Amino acid sequence: MAERLGRYTLRFPSRPAVLAGAAVVGTAEGEGPLRAEFDQIFPDDTLGESTFEKAESALQREAVALALKKVGKTPADADFIFAGDLLNQCTGSSFGLRDFGIPFVGVYGACSTMALALGLAGLFVDAKAAGLALAVTSSHFCSAERQFRQPLEYGGQRPPTAQRTATAAGASVLGAHEPGKPYLAAATFGRIVDLGVQDANNMGAAMAPAAARTVADFLRDTAMSPDDLDWIVTGDLGAVGTELFRTLLLKDHGVKLAEARHADCGLLLYDREKQDVHAGGSGCGCSASVFNSYILRRLQCGSLRRVLLVATGALLSQTSTLQGESIPCIAHAALVCAPGKGKE
Amino acid sequence: MPTGKQEYDRMAKKASPPSKKGKDLFFAFLFGGLICTLGQALNVLYAHLGLSETEVKAATPVTLIVVTAALTGVGVFDKIAKIAGAGTFVPITGFANAIVSPAMEFRAEGRVLGTGAKLFSIAGPVIVYGVCAAVVYGLIAYIFRLY
Repeated sequence: MAERLGRYTLRFPSRPAVLAGAAVVGTAEGEGPLRAEFDQIFPDDTLGESTFEKAESALQREAVALALKKVGKTPADADFIFAGDLLNQCTGSSFGLRDFGIPFVGVYGACSTMALALGLAGLFVDAKAAGLALAVTSSHFCSAERQFRQPLEYGGQRPPTAQRTATAAGASVLGAHEPGKPYLAAATFGRIVDLGVQDANNMGAAMAPAAARTVADFLRDTAMSPDDLDWIVTGDLGAVGTELFRTLLLKDHGVKLAEARHADCGLLLYDREKQDVHAGGSGCGCSASVFNSYILRRLQCGSLRRVLLVATGALLSQTSTLQGESIPCIAHAALVCAPGKGKE
Repeated sequence: MPTGKQEYDRMAKKASPPSKKGKDLFFAFLFGGLICTLGQALNVLYAHLGLSETEVKAATPVTLIVVTAALTGVGVFDKIAKIAGAGTFVPITGFANAIVSPAMEFRAEGRVLGTGAKLFSIAGPVIVYGVCAAVVYGLIAYIFRLY
């Protein structure tokens, strides 16, 4: 049964296993540096569907089907699925997963959804409320553009601080502890932080304070330093947010985070020199696809031993942006360890 | 002391790279100038073909609108506009693109409540405030007998 560790962190003593992960991506992501890591790269961002919303649902469906296939299970074996996305009323998830017949828990954490869903799935497995639980999320560049920004063919310029919403989905399958499988050791559900950033084209800057606070909370609760972890992997801070995150961590929380101990999924997913992504990637699918491919694989083979996934989300809407509100942000953290490590 | 909103605003501004203004201005000038030159060339051409002055004034913008609509339709216009910026946005090409792009985008929501309703979602404000400005100017012209 999960135990509270310090003020904000939950430890999972049963060490729920991350049995498998699956990551499916669109064309731009498939041309990025991680192309060899993904389970599937779709050559057409419509995925053969008539709308981009349907395409996003298809991404989630494919990710779940692939992840279940990897562990030799069917949807009927799954006890819960925790899922969310960026579309209004989370229709990407509900439409994409409606045919699976798995008890569905819709969650919304904007781009932090992967870590949120992972933490909740781990909590359910640890409490033996679920034998097999899934965490899945997605985003699609085109469906996000039409919901949050301008039509795709609109001729405008974006500032250098803007990020590209990833066309990607990632799914994790969690179950009871299995030796030889990476496991979820702890999770910290974040607090909402708003340092007054209003610019929806500078999400990295808006989200950095939330990431810094959650990481600081986690380290204080677990009495760890960044050197006790192999990697702190933030979700989608991009170039601007990454710099601010490290600065704030030191300035406000007294945590010195060496460059080698930190990576950002938004910077891993694309080649910023060659691809037109401005400050990097963003969207729920960004951290979901990078975690469920590149990161999980390195945990499975043991080249990474302890990874703190800190997915960050900007909790804004089109309405709040138009009304000139600042952007409340959140970051959720999940500590995932490689098999065989005695102490988490 | 934890970072406050004002201090963070300064930090965020410092960390955020600005747009490349010199480059943006250059390309806006180049593309905007090219479109205007093209417009003038069309004026001359249509006049040469024997159209009246009134007809030329209609035919030139119509040509530019049709070309923009076609380029938007085949997915080229946004790629040009990404470099050209205000160069394609300010002339009538920007207006045409602002009408055609939502028309294409919201086709999926149906012809009436999709294309029909969203057609003016970007260009609407331009029309509203353009008409308002015209009314104000008209009143001024009427009151001071400028016509």
